[in-house]
Amino acid sequence: MTALLEIEGLTASVEGKQILRGLDLELPVGEVHAIMGPNGAGKSTLANVLAGRDGYEVAGSVRLAGADLLEMSPEERAIAGVFLAFQYPVEIPGVGNSYFLRTALNAIRKARGETPLDAIDFMAYTKARMALVEMDPSFLGRSVNEGFSGGERKRNEILQMAILEPRLAILDETDSGLDIDALRIVAQGANSLRRDDRSMLVITHHQRLLDELVPDVVHVLAEGRIVKSGGPELAVALEESGYGILELEGSR
Amino acid sequence: MTDLTDAISGEKSQIEQFAEREYRYGFVSDIEADVVPRGLNEDIIRLISSKKDEPEWLLEWRLQAYRAWTTMTMPEWQMFHLDPIDFQDMIYYAAPKTKPKLESMDEVDPEMREMFDKLGISLAEQKRLSGVAVDAVVDSASVATTFRKQLAEVGVIFCSFSAAVRDHPDLVRRYLGSVVPFRDNFFSALNSAVFSDGSFCFIPKGVKCPMELSTYFRMNQADTGQFERTLIVAEEGASVSYLEGCTAPKRDNNQLHAAVVEILALDGADVKYSTVQNWYPGDAQGKGGIHNFVTKRGKAMENAKISWTQVETGSAITWKYPSVILQGDNSVGEFYSVALTTHYQVADTGTKMTHIGKNTSSTIVSKGIATHVAQNVYRGLVKVLRSAEGARNFTQCDSLLIGDSCGAHTLPYIEVKNSSAQVEHEAYTSKIGEDQLFYCRQRGISEEDAVSMIVHGFCRDVFKELPMEYVVEARNLLNMKLEGSIG
Repeated sequence: MTALLEIEGLTASVEGKQILRGLDLELPVGEVHAIMGPNGAGKSTLANVLAGRDGYEVAGSVRLAGADLLEMSPEERAIAGVFLAFQYPVEIPGVGNSYFLRTALNAIRKARGETPLDAIDFMAYTKARMALVEMDPSFLGRSVNEGFSGGERKRNEILQMAILEPRLAILDETDSGLDIDALRIVAQGANSLRRDDRSMLVITHHQRLLDELVPDVVHVLAEGRIVKSGGPELAVALEESGYGILELEGSR
Repeated sequence: MTDLTDAISGEKSQIEQFAEREYRYGFVSDIEADVVPRGLNEDIIRLISSKKDEPEWLLEWRLQAYRAWTTMTMPEWQMFHLDPIDFQDMIYYAAPKTKPKLESMDEVDPEMREMFDKLGISLAEQKRLSGVAVDAVVDSASVATTFRKQLAEVGVIFCSFSAAVRDHPDLVRRYLGSVVPFRDNFFSALNSAVFSDGSFCFIPKGVKCPMELSTYFRMNQADTGQFERTLIVAEEGASVSYLEGCTAPKRDNNQLHAAVVEILALDGADVKYSTVQNWYPGDAQGKGGIHNFVTKRGKAMENAKISWTQVETGSAITWKYPSVILQGDNSVGEFYSVALTTHYQVADTGTKMTHIGKNTSSTIVSKGIATHVAQNVYRGLVKVLRSAEGARNFTQCDSLLIGDSCGAHTLPYIEVKNSSAQVEHEAYTSKIGEDQLFYCRQRGISEEDAVSMIVHGFCRDVFKELPMEYVVEARNLLNMKLEGSIG
């Protein structure tokens, strides 16, 4: 069991306010780990720090397949195989979805020494992947996330993951704001992208997503560190009893 | 935004390198020129007129314009600082000495040819595959017009302004100043007094011009002002698409470019006028650059349509408002603009749509982009007169800021005197968001490519109005200018 992602003593603060306080986590190749935890625990901060977003003071060590992730720019991390499914995907007016996706794919392919895909090859490449998230082809002609419903935005994130084929996919509350049907599509789409050589870090508040995308390990993140880890049953217990049980355990 | 601003302030030297590289057209060509003495008075005007063998009526018109100009003062309402211009310290006429014969492009001065080759503009007709007729204007004179013969076969006249005065004096006399009278403003009066050359284009009744027409303006001489005049007349039911491009050498002092463009679209005519403006913008410290103060106006008669599309990336100061007088019923006016200002550049631009006829409609889409310490102003007037029953206007003016030190200003004026009119105005200003940049970068797209992508997306509504042949040029121009805008 080799680790893809090794996080040791990770701290992060924003404008002097400490959010992550010495987080340790090991994510083996091919496993899906869920991160749960109360609001404000630092879940989205963890996702952002791993993807290389500006604005955080970061210390500690994060290694991706042995390489120092914190040294890399966001685009270098993407090329190294880190993908973040955003909680709030932004709109980019006037930039066509297919153009955006193809530019991203080709940037990554080029960096990996693969030949870029032209528009026709890209269509063929994309078509099967769109079916995974039940997306209509007309969707490619629209501007990136412009006028998309919440569900469409999240499906678009999963589609991008399918297209970019990352080694490490971080899903930041991909289930938030979705109705039952959209949640099913997104969860099944993500689940179908499980691979032996791909690891996933699934940040969520709810058990529902994990019904489809069954994790190998569930971690509870509270007050900036992992306070408890367990099997999928931990998520069920948390859903039933809330995070209150953590404090009970912690105080014992 | 910290990331971008850090990059901007922290990597000056890199930006300077880019700035150096940015303006590729800054070379000076060694072309001997025939120049008149410095300064402006009636004798200079007589001299210019006589050098051009002009008819008496035109000299008289110039003199009237000059006399009107002497009673006028420089406008002061603009949103930028302008040092006083010493109009007596300028040269008002400079023409390349070797006069090419317009009949054959093979006889164009080799130096001149080389200059245009460097600019990427081929004057050799056989090489033009895209089917665009070009009129090339250097300093004050037109040096070559391509495809004249083919155009003449369908009755289209496309030639230098001087040639039009010589060969079609009645047409010029009839339409000159009919849309922009010399008294219109300070710079139009000055232009009318001293204009040197430019393009003339006449599309007869019912003719659809078979190719794109294009004028390429080049300033070469030092200390000269360029005052060209373009007159486009489309008769009933005629249509034409016209494009102008502009470049100038790098010089430390400001050079004045005060052109006038008049368009007359008679009943049912359709004129599309596109500009890709890339005059020298000055250096990264704001030294030098062209002052681009231009009056552009069209008059649309019944069922006629006039459309302005402009991509303004050059000049130290761009100050112009391509406008449409919607004179006839059901006439249509459009204005699509992208203005990109970097470093110390200023753009104070927009349009005026004057609705006179019934059911006239106008559309304004303005996209301003500013980086470094540049300022970008949209100033527009939508005026609906009492007679303009059922007039409609839609205005959208958006600004995109890159970094923290630039500015965007939107100054829309709306005057409506007919209650049946519908006027819509939308505006927003946004910064290239950290969120947008991060989103792109997280997908593996470099910061520079991401900025370029976001800016092109922002401009898409305007670019799609450009003739196909020029979309690539406009995109490249924008990319070239943006290269220096982030670290």
